[in-house]
Amino acid sequence: MSRMTFKGGTHPNDQKQFARDNAFVHYLPKGEMVFPINQHIGKSANPIVKKGDAVLAGQVIAEADGFVSSNIISSCSGTVKEVELRQTAAGTMAMSIVIDNDGKYNQVDGIGKETDYSKLSGSEIISKVKAAGIVGLGGAGFPTHVKLSPKNPAGIHHILANGAECEPFITCDDRLMREYSDDIVKGMEILLTLFPTAEGDIVIEKNKPEAIEAMKKACAASPMSDKIKVYPVKTKYPQGGERSIISVVTGNHYKSTQLPADAGCIVDNVSTIRAIYRAVAFNEPLMEKGFTISGDCLKQPTNFFTRIGVSYQELFDECGGCAEGKEAAKLISGGPMMGMAMANLEVPVQKAHNALTVLGVDEVASVPTTACLRCGRCNAACPLGLIPQYMADAAVRKDLARYENDLYGLECIACGSCTYVCPAKRPLVQYFKTAKAEILLERKKQQEAK
Amino acid sequence: MDAFLAILIAVVTVTVLGILIGTALVAASNKYHVETDPREEKVRNNLPGNNCGACGFAGCDAVAAAIAAGKAPADACPICSQEALDKISEVMGVAAKEVIPMEAYVHCAGTCGHVSQKINYVGIQDCRAAVLSGISIWECDYGCVGLGTCVKECPYNAISVKDGVAIVNSKRCVGCGKCAAVCPKGLISLERKDKKVAVRCSNPNKGTAVKNVCSVGCLGCSICTKKCPTGAIYMNGNTPMINYSKCIGCGTCADVCPRGIINRFDN
Repeated sequence: MSRMTFKGGTHPNDQKQFARDNAFVHYLPKGEMVFPINQHIGKSANPIVKKGDAVLAGQVIAEADGFVSSNIISSCSGTVKEVELRQTAAGTMAMSIVIDNDGKYNQVDGIGKETDYSKLSGSEIISKVKAAGIVGLGGAGFPTHVKLSPKNPAGIHHILANGAECEPFITCDDRLMREYSDDIVKGMEILLTLFPTAEGDIVIEKNKPEAIEAMKKACAASPMSDKIKVYPVKTKYPQGGERSIISVVTGNHYKSTQLPADAGCIVDNVSTIRAIYRAVAFNEPLMEKGFTISGDCLKQPTNFFTRIGVSYQELFDECGGCAEGKEAAKLISGGPMMGMAMANLEVPVQKAHNALTVLGVDEVASVPTTACLRCGRCNAACPLGLIPQYMADAAVRKDLARYENDLYGLECIACGSCTYVCPAKRPLVQYFKTAKAEILLERKKQQEAK
Repeated sequence: MDAFLAILIAVVTVTVLGILIGTALVAASNKYHVETDPREEKVRNNLPGNNCGACGFAGCDAVAAAIAAGKAPADACPICSQEALDKISEVMGVAAKEVIPMEAYVHCAGTCGHVSQKINYVGIQDCRAAVLSGISIWECDYGCVGLGTCVKECPYNAISVKDGVAIVNSKRCVGCGKCAAVCPKGLISLERKDKKVAVRCSNPNKGTAVKNVCSVGCLGCSICTKKCPTGAIYMNGNTPMINYSKCIGCGTCADVCPRGIINRFDN
């Protein structure tokens, strides 16, 4: 115990100063809301509304298709304008339900009424979580009810609340832990009743002292204070990665083909845990989440607490846009390390989105790529102990067998640490993502041939 | 005299050694003789010999062995000429199929002047990597990326990127289809060499959605399908497709197209 950090990693400037002290702005969107039906890992949901239907906030508008899938919930009231292909932040087109927001936010009956959940059985809690459409809100979007139904529930010895928030610029989890610390601890209590053998750890990087303080206070007030602990860890990227966080707290490691449950852990983002609490105690489906808009050229970096489905553009306009005399050069959905660059802001905020980073010209100055210097910094930075130097070589030469079998290239989590430290500015992660996509495509072809 | 003797000894030694080694080699070659199919060599002699790999085998030798062994059809080589296929079929004792000479065709005309750039891309100079990053470099999401993955793939040096769009040199292209397999946008298809017309756009959208992103893209007005005297053009969604078995090459479609996106060929 008492490990502080994992092997490898890197130390980007955390850039949290822009938005960390700005309290949540509770914003109710006015414009149309868009809900893509594939906001999660797994099968797309089936739309159950059609054009012209009236919907209420909290109503299920697309039903989960199978076990590894998730409900899509309308977060506003209004009429369905269209069910059509719309652009998403990742740049692809996705079938989406577009709702003309009437601005009234009339809710489905029974939402927000506090209920006594202490008598609920485990399966009832999980079915409530499933009905609420909760998925991993940290970024991956893995359906939470699947996570909470491991093959061997007795083998779970740790439940980790991921409040590391290692990605630079993003501060919405920090604000959530400061402002809703009681909700998170209550959500943790619910999870601990599901897994009585486990202990709960709330993992927070040390660059968020106020959040650590707030969570400690909330834990002390909890009836399960002996089982729930705050676990401060070193500020290092990618501390919030599932595998990093598990190796820090438990010392366990697992492969890319396994799940955290195989290492005896369940890892949920703090905002997911709050959503679980709201769903179980208040019957409130997943409609709201924290969303940070930050960057060096903004007039007012803001932490929004807003509805899922709102367009990026509306939030960007709401926070005042760019500061005078400054111009945005790059827009990123997410943070600068793992986020996706965007071409326009007319795309919806999805369940797993948590930030928009707006960078000015100086921040994104591009430096020409040169040949590999063989300095080995990428090897030291890889949190999984891979050898990015050789992997890039194999990927460039299209030696995919070596990439996959000798260098374990499929284990790469695309955290971007190697690319961040590379003095030759080589686009290492892009090589790996391309090589991985090609290997998976080849596998798919072979499976289809069989 | 000594010198003469020395030369004699050397000559005799080398001759005897040569006879010995030669005998040993003949014996070894008889002992370790591998039975080969005589048809394999005949097939191989009729293959183009470019080792382009378009057949999916590791070069012409490998595909010749596969054809001779019956593991691949006689027309496994996609770039074979009619003459060569006749001979291969004769060797294999099957009826010769008709060869339709094909060539690659890029269904995009959105050069730099017609489509504007949306983002400044600085990553790996490879179309597949650029497409994986999510956003399209050009305003049109369906057009040619222009980073030349097909150019690197072509074994015949028949494709080049000109003004942001790949273009095929019809004289060099043999129709192996390797470029079509790597294009992440699926813009390249194999078309008949003797085609008279072809549609040079793949945007599945209609009207203003195309007009906003490209000044030459197909609007999906379907006037070409109505004016075609033989009904050889049909609409696949919003994109016209040509059924070359019906096409008589009159060129009416190219004349009536309001965007001039249907190309005419003089061959």
